Amino acid sequence: MSAAAAHAPHDHASPHGHAPSFWRHYVFSVDHKVIGVQYAITGLIFLFVGFCLMMVMRWQLAYPGQPVPLIGKLLASDWLGAAITDKQTGVLLPEGYNAFGAMHGTIMVFMAIVPLVVGGFGNFVVPLQIGAPDMAFPRLNMLSYWCYLPGGLLMSASFFLPGGAAQSGWTSYAPLAVISPGQTVWLFSMVLLITSSLLGSINFIVTIVQLRARGLTFMRLPFFVWAQFVTGFLLLLAFPPLEAAAVMQLMDRLAGTSFFMPEGLVISGKLAEWTGGGSPLLWQHLFWFLAHPEVYVLILPAMGIVAEVIANNTRKPLWGYRSMVYSAIFLGFMSFVVWAHHMFMTGMGTKLSAFFQTTTMIISIPSVIILTALVISLWGGSIRFNAPMLFATAFLPMFAIGGLTGLPLALTTSDIHLHDTYYVIGHFHYVVAPGTIFGIFAGIYYWYPKVTGRMMNETLGKIHFWPTFLCMNGIFLPMLFQGLVGLSRRTYDATVYEAGQLVQGMHVGISWAAWTLAVAQIPFIINFFISLRSGRKVAENPWEATTLEWAAPSPPPHGNFVTEPVVYRDPYDYSPPGRSIDFLPQNKPQEA
Amino acid sequence: MSADAIPYTVKPHPVTGVPNPKFGIWLFLASEVMLFGALFSSYVLLRVTADSWPHGYDAGRLNWKLAALNTIVLITSSVTMVMAWASLMLHDLRKGRIYLLLTFLLAGVFLVVKYFEYGAKFEHHIYPATDPFFAVYFTLTGLHGLHVVGGMIAIGYLMGPGARLWRTDPEHYANRVECTGLYWHFVDLVWIFLFPMLYLI
Amino acid sequence: MLLAQSRFWLPPDISTHGSSVDQLINVTHWFMGVLFVGWGAFFVYCLVRFRARPGHAADPRPIPAKTSKYAEIGVAIFEAVLLIGFSMPAWAQVKYQFPAEDKALTVRMTAEQFAWNFHYSGADGVWGRTDPKLIDPGNPIGLDLADPHSADDVVTVNNLHIPVHQPIIVQLSSKDVIHSFWIPVLRVKQDVIPGMSIPVWFEARETGEYDISCAQLCGNNHYKMRGRVMIKPADEFAKWLESEKVSRPLQPADQEFEL
Repeated sequence: MSAAAAHAPHDHASPHGHAPSFWRHYVFSVDHKVIGVQYAITGLIFLFVGFCLMMVMRWQLAYPGQPVPLIGKLLASDWLGAAITDKQTGVLLPEGYNAFGAMHGTIMVFMAIVPLVVGGFGNFVVPLQIGAPDMAFPRLNMLSYWCYLPGGLLMSASFFLPGGAAQSGWTSYAPLAVISPGQTVWLFSMVLLITSSLLGSINFIVTIVQLRARGLTFMRLPFFVWAQFVTGFLLLLAFPPLEAAAVMQLMDRLAGTSFFMPEGLVISGKLAEWTGGGSPLLWQHLFWFLAHPEVYVLILPAMGIVAEVIANNTRKPLWGYRSMVYSAIFLGFMSFVVWAHHMFMTGMGTKLSAFFQTTTMIISIPSVIILTALVISLWGGSIRFNAPMLFATAFLPMFAIGGLTGLPLALTTSDIHLHDTYYVIGHFHYVVAPGTIFGIFAGIYYWYPKVTGRMMNETLGKIHFWPTFLCMNGIFLPMLFQGLVGLSRRTYDATVYEAGQLVQGMHVGISWAAWTLAVAQIPFIINFFISLRSGRKVAENPWEATTLEWAAPSPPPHGNFVTEPVVYRDPYDYSPPGRSIDFLPQNKPQEA
Repeated sequence: MSADAIPYTVKPHPVTGVPNPKFGIWLFLASEVMLFGALFSSYVLLRVTADSWPHGYDAGRLNWKLAALNTIVLITSSVTMVMAWASLMLHDLRKGRIYLLLTFLLAGVFLVVKYFEYGAKFEHHIYPATDPFFAVYFTLTGLHGLHVVGGMIAIGYLMGPGARLWRTDPEHYANRVECTGLYWHFVDLVWIFLFPMLYLI
Repeated sequence: MLLAQSRFWLPPDISTHGSSVDQLINVTHWFMGVLFVGWGAFFVYCLVRFRARPGHAADPRPIPAKTSKYAEIGVAIFEAVLLIGFSMPAWAQVKYQFPAEDKALTVRMTAEQFAWNFHYSGADGVWGRTDPKLIDPGNPIGLDLADPHSADDVVTVNNLHIPVHQPIIVQLSSKDVIHSFWIPVLRVKQDVIPGMSIPVWFEARETGEYDISCAQLCGNNHYKMRGRVMIKPADEFAKWLESEKVSRPLQPADQEFEL
């Protein structure tokens, strides 16, 4: 069905029929596509901010005690809530290092990645891929964004408020977090960010169940939609315990309660005011009950993007679609019962640790199935190596390294040595950085023509890809070795320790790789903006893809489809057997 | 299709049997179960691992009689909420709005009783910081109270300006009342757990 | 004496139980390597062989699942072996096979921001009473000097002196926030949680001086919460316990006094 014959995009019908104001159209829009773009742009800005924080930290790590170049004195200023660097020397302070570290994690997880993959890609693509005119609750969708943005802004503002930003890790363990500055704003921001995710998750689940086009059964859904569906349940059910925990930690800080504060604390030589009776471990249980499913929220949508791009660029159906779907569902369930593998060193006995080790080992299986299915999907294909495909294929070995390095961490005995070392940092960054972020890049190159009606430049895409791929490995591979040698994470100056002295050289290499990674993003940023004006204009299906979003105009009008699509086949009907054509879109009826 | 018509906003979906908002509210309630579940679990953990923990009915602790009254008030408000929806299903907007008003007022009574309960504590210099028992008490009942306020806002809206929807789309309006009712029953149900777990054991 | 340390892999293991930790890490990494290389080779092969080129169309027929199913089952079995055959028994040994208290030297450790305070019970085997109200800069654990059992106690800051070839039990607690007691060469790591007293045990096979690190973010000077474990021959240790004396008040870090 050609949408080229569609009449010009018609704007949201206010009762009077005229075009909405700038504010209703671009700022307070209820159109999932506008909201998706809002989430994506905001998420990309926070991704950049989170990256900048780390780049400053990398200076101190590589050259401990050296003044931070260019901005060293600036970060000591009075306009910050707490000095990040030393006023005289411009050296990063330990408290500044910890603040940047805590905020790097918080911003990346809650303000960059999830809003990008769920709020951005999810919002824009899911209604289109299921043939719906919008999300089930357009106004709730808008509200979700307008909880996210204030939450993100408040979190960012914490650098400028008295006491400065949170500095107790993104994990905010009690009692440290309860007695440290910056935490109150962190907690309030988290409440806003959590609310945003909760409202969004309701929208996704209802939309996917209720608004699928005729003929679009569950097993004909693109894998991307399945990934978002499972992710919706993770967000819906895992976030509330963290919200409860945040309320309790706020009570401990502001009302002097002792949910997480044991009795008899002596802080800096003085008896603490809390009456006690609380449990620091309670915070950890509640936090990790969310934060473990959260990491699957970080990876599942990215796997979904990669699946779409791979199917499209191998010109054949995904191998093992059913296994992938069942694995994603099983992964979702299992993600709720592995959380205490983050707590093996807290004094856990044999029974509890046996339970969590076992569930953690079991959860590796669906991940392996999904990854293997994606790799086997390459077999027999006719692989086009365009920019999205480069990132999608690179995702596979990167996620594999991330997943494999989880194994020694999942086993308590090996975790004795590796817990809280740089090995952990290497492990999870392999999954989210050259993992999820590669998925995000693939998605941007892939869906950019749908959003804007223009292609991004292929050459710039390749120039973006190769240094990025090399630098990512240059950053995170050495960290695995730093951890094995015995370097603790969150260490402002590794040379304090003998093990740190042995691997200080690696810190220098990692830092330069990180700064080079930043430079490698310049072609991408240029490409992103220039292509808006001068990218090659395309019609609705430049990639010759099968899924429904490619049946709508580029960009789709309000309401997406002129007439409701009807689905006749599976999502990846590429190179149909016995036919001479290359692909059959999902909404194309069978010819006689 | 019209760009604005989201299917199943009012009519039920042929397979799931519910319209979108009803599905949505059930999902929201699932998340609320996790929220209060986390708080209840924390209470259980703190109590079980404590050396000693007072009974809610001990002297100087909680006023279970007032709370029992509040329980009756909330349960009654759930009944009036159902009556509101039932009236609308019988096409009686006037009765529906009256029952909504009754629900609103009963919720108000609940909050007033809570105001006196809390006030009495503060007068005796009992605050959340006093000990873990009171930390749990104030946090759990406080969060529940906020949910009562939220419900009152929704009910107030439906009673007032929201009732205009009845004229153009009565089914849609009735659905909204039903969804709000579901939420309200949940708030009531949380209290039915809270009351014995805090006051009676 | 500093044993040769690898720049890329595990530090030397001078403990009696650490070989099970190292063995598991090494075996697991071999397994990971085999998987990655095997699977990676297949991956690269596909990228090369099935790249789009003129005259080469995609073949949509699904390939049979047998090999991958067997591989998957093999992986699962191996993981089960690692778990049940290696990790669980070793963990049980670490957690439950505490040395007999009459054979072991027990030391109490109270962590604080940012130091490790070690408390020895001395010849009488009884620790003097401690009270948080007595804590001051010269008395980091609040030892009650009026208690007769305190007379032979030794308190050190950041330096854990222990005899070689003897099981050691350390009772870990914290004054303020969560820390984590980690001696890499002894393969010992245990979170130190305020409000709890958690024991760990180990036995050193070699003498020497090695780092103690804090392995849980505990504040701004977390990075310099470094201690030293001083492993001595038994007679030297006994002499040390008997004889060390410095005057009070205690100076910050690296000072020892006997009461």
